[in-house]
Amino acid sequence: MIHNLLSNYVEAGAIVLFGIGFTMLLFHKNLIKKLIGMNIMDTGVFLFLASMGYISGRKAPIIANGVTDMEAYINPVPAGLVLTGIVVSVSVTAVMLALSVRLYKRYHTLDLDDVYALSVHINEDR
Amino acid sequence: MPFVWNFPLFTIVLCLFSGVLCMMLRGRTARNYTIVLEAVLIVMVSAVLWYTYTAGSAFTYSMGEFPAPWGNEIRAGCLEALIALAFLIVMLCSVIGGWRFTALDIDESKINLYFSILNLMTAALMAMAWTNDIFTGYVFVEILTLTSCGVLIAREIGRTTLAAVRYMILNLLGSGLFLLGVVLLYDLTGNLLMVPMHEAIEELWAAGQGIAPLTLAMGIITIGLGIKSGLFPFHYWMPDTYGMATPTSGAVLSSLVSKSYIFLLIKIVWRVVGLDIWREMPVARILFVLGICGMVAGSMSAIRVNNINSMVAFSSAAQIGYIYMGIGLGGPAGFTAAIFHILGHAVTKSLLFLTTPRLAEVSGDSLRFKDLQGSGYRAPESGAFFMLAALSMIGIPIFAGFSSKILFGIAAADEGGWRFFVIMLALAFSTLLNILYFLRTVIRIYTERGSTLTRPVIDMPGGVKWDYVLPAAVLTLANLFLGLFSWAAVDVIEKGLGMFF
Repeated sequence: MIHNLLSNYVEAGAIVLFGIGFTMLLFHKNLIKKLIGMNIMDTGVFLFLASMGYISGRKAPIIANGVTDMEAYINPVPAGLVLTGIVVSVSVTAVMLALSVRLYKRYHTLDLDDVYALSVHINEDR
Repeated sequence: MPFVWNFPLFTIVLCLFSGVLCMMLRGRTARNYTIVLEAVLIVMVSAVLWYTYTAGSAFTYSMGEFPAPWGNEIRAGCLEALIALAFLIVMLCSVIGGWRFTALDIDESKINLYFSILNLMTAALMAMAWTNDIFTGYVFVEILTLTSCGVLIAREIGRTTLAAVRYMILNLLGSGLFLLGVVLLYDLTGNLLMVPMHEAIEELWAAGQGIAPLTLAMGIITIGLGIKSGLFPFHYWMPDTYGMATPTSGAVLSSLVSKSYIFLLIKIVWRVVGLDIWREMPVARILFVLGICGMVAGSMSAIRVNNINSMVAFSSAAQIGYIYMGIGLGGPAGFTAAIFHILGHAVTKSLLFLTTPRLAEVSGDSLRFKDLQGSGYRAPESGAFFMLAALSMIGIPIFAGFSSKILFGIAAADEGGWRFFVIMLALAFSTLLNILYFLRTVIRIYTERGSTLTRPVIDMPGGVKWDYVLPAAVLTLANLFLGLFSWAAVDVIEKGLGMFF
């Protein structure tokens, strides 16, 4: 068990990062810190994907010096998935930041507990 | 290749293109354009449904003609077509029927942007119904998340912003888990297309290898999609999200967006994992228990609230519980019932969300029960449609709600054992609770005397026009169709599930 964890330390670290980000996104009160947590969480997944996709000793899949042997290169798909994931993550972050700005303009705080209390206090119904 | 094979891709691409185009149109033009577009899409999807149903087999459209392990694929069977068709019809009815409220809730200069987002959402809904590639599924899950946030905050009041933040946070947790699950499955199988993934998983399972990671990956995917669709205990965001948004958004969010995630899960269970392996996983049993809990907890919350939209929203939590119970049951009959319930609930819940704002409109713009007293007389059309939809939610015969309860009962009887008793008890109890809050509301809106209207009714905003009555009538007819001719829908669903292999 420990041996497996040590030999796959990158993946283990990625899952730890995912856990940190996930708990932050779930439990932190501050919206901006939640967003930071979300980015950590996504980075954890990307690290996991990138480390799984890399095989040590092999090269990027660009044919050089006429070597066409499949064993010489790594699979480019995981890297492509990481790129797609990064794009998605960036756009989600952008939307959430815009939402935070709107929330702040209205309630003058980013602490979600306070926002909720305020919202109940002024009894916004419709 | 018959020309009809192109239609699934056309639906996605046309919607994506229209999303951009609507940004450049003026508000009303954008609305008319969206309505025409959706009508065209309905024709296309009906053609696909007819083609796959008569041909008796599904077709796979590989984009760029790259062969299986490399390219990206779209796959259309009659189940995918049926779901897409139902989604489009509900979307069209919500857009037309909710227009009078949309025009009031959203700033004139931003209406074209609203329709732009709705079109992008339709693209995501279509793509999630058609895709044969699990990572494409993930990308469109995120697009659906972003666009649902967009239609939610289109009505710029404080509560929708707060609701959107809470909704997005839970959705992002769900997306993160789903992505991790997809990545784990990819690492285990080395494929992203569903068919080769399924072959690899069967091989692994037969060899007894990687059972723990496979179960983990499926568990993460299930929880992720469960959070996003409002599975118990993650349903507390529902009333603010569905109830505060403009009625079109509320109808679309509750009846289409959450169902779309569930349909993706059903596809993953059938086409990636396979039914036999799914039944052996503990995930299915956990889902079953959570579904039952949701059925009861959602209704309990619905009884306690004092506002009609929150009640309707919480009843969604109960209905989502029904669907997950069917999936957790694990047999084909359970899935048939779950998919039938997806259709039935989509037409019923969107109708409810279209009628409640009109009832509020004639009650001094208040959604509180005590102000709604007698509103069924002040807005006769809405009152009648609300009553019909409420009867369907309770499960009165000839409505869709009844047929789906029968189907769940049959699925439970197929399964036998302790689950049969649990399901029968849960169905009975949940029906009782449904009667308690839906019938109470129906009686209340038709009770004139003792009206405790705190705010005077300022004016009764004009009568309703065909553009409100017609969509509501279409949704009611669809509901009656599903109730009276449930065998036809079940036949298509079963045939479609058979095409999943």
